[in-house]
Amino acid sequence: MSVTATKRPTGLQMPAESPFSLLLRVIFIGLFDVGAVWFIYNCVSRGFIQLAVVLSIIAVVMNLIFLLPQAYPFRWMAIGLAFLILFVIYPILFTIYVAFTNYGDGHFLTKEQAIPIIERETYLPQGGVSYSWTAYKSEAGNYALWLVDADGKTFLAKPGEPIVEAQPGVNGIGEADARGIPTGIEGYQRLNTLIAASDKELPNIKFGLEGGANVQIRSPNEAAQLAQRFKYDAATDTVVDQSNGDVYTNVRGTFTTKDGKTISPGFREWIGIENYVEFATSPALSGPLVQIMVWNFIFPAVSVVSTFSLGLAIAVMFNDKNFPLKKLIRSLLLIPYTIPGLITILIWRGMLNPEFGVVNRTLENWFGWAPPWTIEPLWAQIAILLVNLWLGYPYFMLITSGALQSISADLYEAAIVDGASPWQRFRSITLPLLLVAVGPLLVASYVYNFNNFNLIYLFIGGGPPIVGAATQAGHTDILLSYVYKLAFETGGRGVQYGYASAISIIVFFIVGAITLAQFRFTNMWEEVSENV
Amino acid sequence: MSSITQTYQDLRQSYSFQRRLGVGLRLLVAVFLIAFSVFPVIWIVSASFDNSNSLSTQSIIPANAGVKNYERLFNLDPEFAFGDIQFWTWLWNSVKVAGLTTILSLSLTTMAAYAFSRLRFAGRITMLKAILLIQVFPNLLALVAIYVIVFQMGEIVPALGLNTHAGLIMVYLGGSMGGNIWLMKGFLDTVPRQIDESGMIDGASHWQIFTTLLLPLLRPILIVIGILSFIGTYGDFVLARILLTDVDQYTLMVGLQIFTAGQFDKKWGVFAAGALIGALPIMITYLLLQDQIAGGLTAGAVKE
Repeated sequence: MSVTATKRPTGLQMPAESPFSLLLRVIFIGLFDVGAVWFIYNCVSRGFIQLAVVLSIIAVVMNLIFLLPQAYPFRWMAIGLAFLILFVIYPILFTIYVAFTNYGDGHFLTKEQAIPIIERETYLPQGGVSYSWTAYKSEAGNYALWLVDADGKTFLAKPGEPIVEAQPGVNGIGEADARGIPTGIEGYQRLNTLIAASDKELPNIKFGLEGGANVQIRSPNEAAQLAQRFKYDAATDTVVDQSNGDVYTNVRGTFTTKDGKTISPGFREWIGIENYVEFATSPALSGPLVQIMVWNFIFPAVSVVSTFSLGLAIAVMFNDKNFPLKKLIRSLLLIPYTIPGLITILIWRGMLNPEFGVVNRTLENWFGWAPPWTIEPLWAQIAILLVNLWLGYPYFMLITSGALQSISADLYEAAIVDGASPWQRFRSITLPLLLVAVGPLLVASYVYNFNNFNLIYLFIGGGPPIVGAATQAGHTDILLSYVYKLAFETGGRGVQYGYASAISIIVFFIVGAITLAQFRFTNMWEEVSENV
Repeated sequence: MSSITQTYQDLRQSYSFQRRLGVGLRLLVAVFLIAFSVFPVIWIVSASFDNSNSLSTQSIIPANAGVKNYERLFNLDPEFAFGDIQFWTWLWNSVKVAGLTTILSLSLTTMAAYAFSRLRFAGRITMLKAILLIQVFPNLLALVAIYVIVFQMGEIVPALGLNTHAGLIMVYLGGSMGGNIWLMKGFLDTVPRQIDESGMIDGASHWQIFTTLLLPLLRPILIVIGILSFIGTYGDFVLARILLTDVDQYTLMVGLQIFTAGQFDKKWGVFAAGALIGALPIMITYLLLQDQIAGGLTAGAVKE
């Protein structure tokens, strides 16, 4: 018997597809393609190029999956995969990209969007064409200007319309007064000189066609033609200020002169690893950052140990079939686990309020003193650990009481015969066997608490603040809540997506390393392969 | 001889005394622990019936008990003006979003898990590993990117954009894929393959095997995962907070969170009433199904 001939029948040969199923498949993919093409076309026309690329990839993959017979197994997961790519993988890649840019306040636009805005800026050149002016205002609050240039030529100017040469008495323009200026213009009232001079809006209005030769009021006596202030030179990647000749070079997405003057808006630019360099070196940032990182490692460690210990203690104490009221006790002890976390965290926030909270009012009545939770850094940290103990022990109570059942009673009997004390039995039988069973869950719990944003943020928003930090940072902040504040809450330095993303990547590596170590330790990888 | 009997009697008595002492001590400990675990709940119940609505004057038995806070919560008290409370809308939004997310995510992940568990194809193991690794990246970290994607999609199809439940549900679905695929695959692996092979012999297609043979077997665990997933989505706040902008689109958790803005201590009673109504159904479900849920928690993870 040759080995090759006895190929194991897998039973996975595809049964012939029914015509109905084929028809369904073709209709589905046809409709999908129509929708996808329309959507992607709209993405491109709005300039969402990255999204268009991702959606195109998804669309191509979908077509391959549903048209190629050998891709049959993927049809079972196609829709799920599409969501996974769009809302998990693409955001991760986007975050990695942003981590190498300066995306954030002052750098939201792309360079292509920012340069036209910069070039739109104008200035009033010295010695340019200037006019004397008279202002008119309509019922609706629109303005018009009557301009007289040095040669005595007269013009009518309105915002957003071309400036035209005009004469009093024609085309709806009123008769000239003694000084040759129209008494009124159709739809507009003439403003007297005093009112016009004190009008707050007038000096900011650009008269004339947008982007053309604009006229703006410079003084009560003079209006002047504006000139483009900044000119961008693509060859040297510089901007020259036409009013004084200053040269602005591109420094990390902001046009800056040698003496530090800048032009707003800046733009998004690839800045390489500068976010990471800043992360590592900037004293203003790394001061709080070191503190946050230390706390970020301590907080989950203490939380895991405390919740696991209490949960285990309860499980061991009541691990007795005949214990009275066992079921009731367990249900009551489970309560913290059954309430949505946000609600319980906010309840604790109220109860531990140092001024009004019940805990402090009671303690003050009894002892005349109560811990200044939320005010003193150390007490705030203790409060967080206490709340997390309350939130977390029922989980380990459930897990460990389940695992205790699985430890064979024979072992205990043998130990009793050998004369082992209850403590010895616990130390050398219960604990080691339990740790093997729930070890992975302890690591998972550590990772969960490492990123326990909800607790930190909802309790007191990471506070109390670290004095002297350049960014919003608090004594109970973990990296994730710090990242959230950097990205979504404007502090002293404004919103900083780039820097926040860089820290996100660092968090990813820390958590990833812990998790990988756990997989290695528990042979998770091998398990994946074994199940073939 | 009699002395031996005597000693034996003594021992038995002392053993039963020790046991009773042990039970007594443990009951005492239980009382303390229960006080710790239940106190916040009792406190919030009491707060919700305290008409003064203030954190600073509340006592365990409200001095002026009544249902004023509930009236305030349901906008029945014209004197109480705090922003825009739309409690029932929020609750309905939460139930809707969590319900749809749960049903869709369970359908998608169970099917994917079937492929990973029962079909053999190139790249299967690589994909499983990749999914596990991706799952390590908390989606909170990619919040900026998610916000931008949902914003851009809304520019094209407003019904999928910011401030819509459809957009939020899609983001939840993407996030739920990884973990749930693994969990479901774990359960499917425990179902003996002889069951599907018997179906194969009868000429059933994969789809028929999946729907008629495997799904009924998986129903108990599907219900547990469904409940856990519902509760998880119901309790989420960060994504909903970022993606939903209008008060009438808020989920309950976002709605409750805005009570903490400004003077939390002056809205304490109304918050308590809302928190209680929001938490009670979940609490009851958990307590009724605690054995099944404990089983679901451990089955996938604990190695026995």
